[in-house]
Amino acid sequence: MTAEGSKLGLDPMMVSAARHLARIAGQPIVDMARSHSTVSVERAVLRLAGLDGADEGGMPWVNRLVDAVREATGLEHGVALPAWDALVTGGYPDLATLASDAAAGQVKFRVPEGRDAAAARAAARAALARGFAAIDARRAQRESMIAETSDPPRPWIYLIVATGDIYEDIPQAQAAAREGADVIAVIRSTGQSLLDYVPEGATREGFAGTYATRENFRLMRAALDDVSRELGRYVRLTNYASGLCMPEIAALAGRERLDMMLNDCMYGIIFRDINPRRTFIDQRFSRQIHARAGIIINTGEDNYLTTADAVDAAHTVIVSQLLNEFFGAEAGLADWQLGLGHAFEISPEVPDSFVLELAHAQLVRELFPDAPLKYMPPTKHMTGNVFGGFLLDAFFNLAGVMTGQSILLVGMMTEGIHTPFLSDRDLALENVRYVARAAGRLGENFSPPPGGFVQQRAQRVLADAVELLHRIGSDGLLNAIANGTFGITRRPADAGRGLEGVFERAEGYFNPAAEFLEDPAAAGEGRQA
Amino acid sequence: MSGPVIRPYGDTTGDGRVQLSFTLPVPFGTERERAVAEGAALQLATKMGLEPAMVVHAKGMGPAFTFFIVYGRASHLVDLSEVTVAEREFPVLPAAEINLRIRSGLGREMVVLGACIGTDAHTVGIDAILNVKGHAGEKGLEYYREMRVVNLGAQVDVANLVARSVAEHADAVLVSQVVTQRDAHLAGARALADAFSTGTSGGGASGGERRGRPLLVVGGPRFDPTMAAELGVDKIFGRGTTPREVASYLVHALTPEPAAAGAGA
Repeated sequence: MTAEGSKLGLDPMMVSAARHLARIAGQPIVDMARSHSTVSVERAVLRLAGLDGADEGGMPWVNRLVDAVREATGLEHGVALPAWDALVTGGYPDLATLASDAAAGQVKFRVPEGRDAAAARAAARAALARGFAAIDARRAQRESMIAETSDPPRPWIYLIVATGDIYEDIPQAQAAAREGADVIAVIRSTGQSLLDYVPEGATREGFAGTYATRENFRLMRAALDDVSRELGRYVRLTNYASGLCMPEIAALAGRERLDMMLNDCMYGIIFRDINPRRTFIDQRFSRQIHARAGIIINTGEDNYLTTADAVDAAHTVIVSQLLNEFFGAEAGLADWQLGLGHAFEISPEVPDSFVLELAHAQLVRELFPDAPLKYMPPTKHMTGNVFGGFLLDAFFNLAGVMTGQSILLVGMMTEGIHTPFLSDRDLALENVRYVARAAGRLGENFSPPPGGFVQQRAQRVLADAVELLHRIGSDGLLNAIANGTFGITRRPADAGRGLEGVFERAEGYFNPAAEFLEDPAAAGEGRQA
Repeated sequence: MSGPVIRPYGDTTGDGRVQLSFTLPVPFGTERERAVAEGAALQLATKMGLEPAMVVHAKGMGPAFTFFIVYGRASHLVDLSEVTVAEREFPVLPAAEINLRIRSGLGREMVVLGACIGTDAHTVGIDAILNVKGHAGEKGLEYYREMRVVNLGAQVDVANLVARSVAEHADAVLVSQVVTQRDAHLAGARALADAFSTGTSGGGASGGERRGRPLLVVGGPRFDPTMAAELGVDKIFGRGTTPREVASYLVHALTPEPAAAGAGA
């Protein structure tokens, strides 16, 4: 597509200005993230080192251990130094035993110095080396599974499963894969993003979704491996790293070979009132883990359009994508891992609504030519008229096919009425297959005339995005978020959930996982370009 | 026969024609399986009162399911005089009108405080009502421009809730209670009402007046909505409540009806 040049007559100077401004807006946030940590980052270090399980009340050992260290020594030096010091000097066989004793108040933590510190660091590094070797092995396993089966052509068809019971999800996911899904997303239980811990074990009770747990990840991935072999096509698994536990869920996803993760730089702030600093710090560490694990992230720009008007706020989507791109690349994600999101949410009552959608979708495609864009179907204007909804979904599929979108979340005509019936899903797949078959080559024959409506609209949205990025650059991103720039909602930097879990790193802060993640030389064999 | 009696309308008055689609857990592979599947669909349609019925489309979905579209003549009659309509004490309004009512009726932001009280850590309910993310396709109260929402989260002490309500000049306090062991939700609601009746001045003002205590609204899946007076709160919402219903109720309870606006409330 890029080889043909721009269909929209975009000014390359304007495009590079937009990227430059995103960097200016994002850099102070990166600096903040590099000098701070959070309880969830520290817990993720322990999870990467293999600490699993929970106490009798279901509170994970990683929480118990981090809380115990925080109480004894504070976390400013990182959890690793005091934890591995206690492990080594106390002669504990493993972290779980240490955590259990720590929870019972039987461990004296300290921040070790000199030789003791060196010993603790060495032990922690050895544990993390084993942890990353396991994640690297999962990544290699994905590649061999793809070689053994096959990589489906794009667009990948993305379908959602959401029963609340992992054992009910599994047959539904396998059925969806057999019906043609290339990507299965297991929606999480409502409100999991606000839990400051990751539940344990296989779960059978959720509210409108299934809890993200390590065991649920493992069960579903194994079931999809079976069906991938049966179909000769690798079926990808997606879950959500958003919320208060982004880094920990990212660690679990890497350990259980999830393939894609929802991971947006601002979603938790805007839609869940999670503290902005907490979100940005957690986001950076979680994305570093995704980068290492070869996971594709999906960002959440589609959500802005469910609150704000899809025409008026089109440029905020572009701004957010550019920020997600900057933050993602800074965290080590390659372009092929940046599943930037957008959505088909313009009111069908607006004249030329489809032409506007085409302009927006093509603009995103041209701005991010190598990113596996994720395109979301209409939700806001699905009224309960299932016949009208089916038509709208067909137009969404057409826009997706025409503009070369990479991942299509298949729209259900019963959106907003109930979780999809088996037949809703089947009809939705029939819809997208028809459109792809009938209009697969329409994109290469689509060239909007210079100066015409489509070009003008795309250029306008890009110009508005550049203007907004200018403003964010001079006000500061945290102020822009506080002032309600995204998704209408105002989110001040010193409010919101999880702020108490944020702290500044002290001189001598030690994070053995970050050492592996920050150093590109340690990142193992390169990534696919 | 008292009222007018009607039937569904296809293309001729009184033809009774309706359409229906459904899935049966039967295979649609061999000729015999297809015949059985269509027969099964017709049997269901007949038992549902469609006589005659016709399967116009059948399609196998995987090895074990078949999807059908059926047309038929409904044998049932509808007596309009027997239709009953449940009356709600307040109308559910569109978001724009809710904002307008607050602006014109209160002349300032409506302050809404939300929390889970006591030991209840289940914020699913209160978050579904308050978070922008919302619930059931509706945005939460944070989405309303004219509302200022303070969500205190889980395990909030009732005394703190009262203090915070005074400090924020809350117009309404929303409390969600999910845990029902030993009727904890009922005890929680009573504790809430007691704390507010002693913790704030006045109380029980009516109409569009600025209230002495904030409006107390309680919600949760196991509450009986008719128990509000007994528990000492203003309103109880049960399972399946959407944010817009709550917003509409708040506007109904806290602002004058539009017709009365300007009449000196």
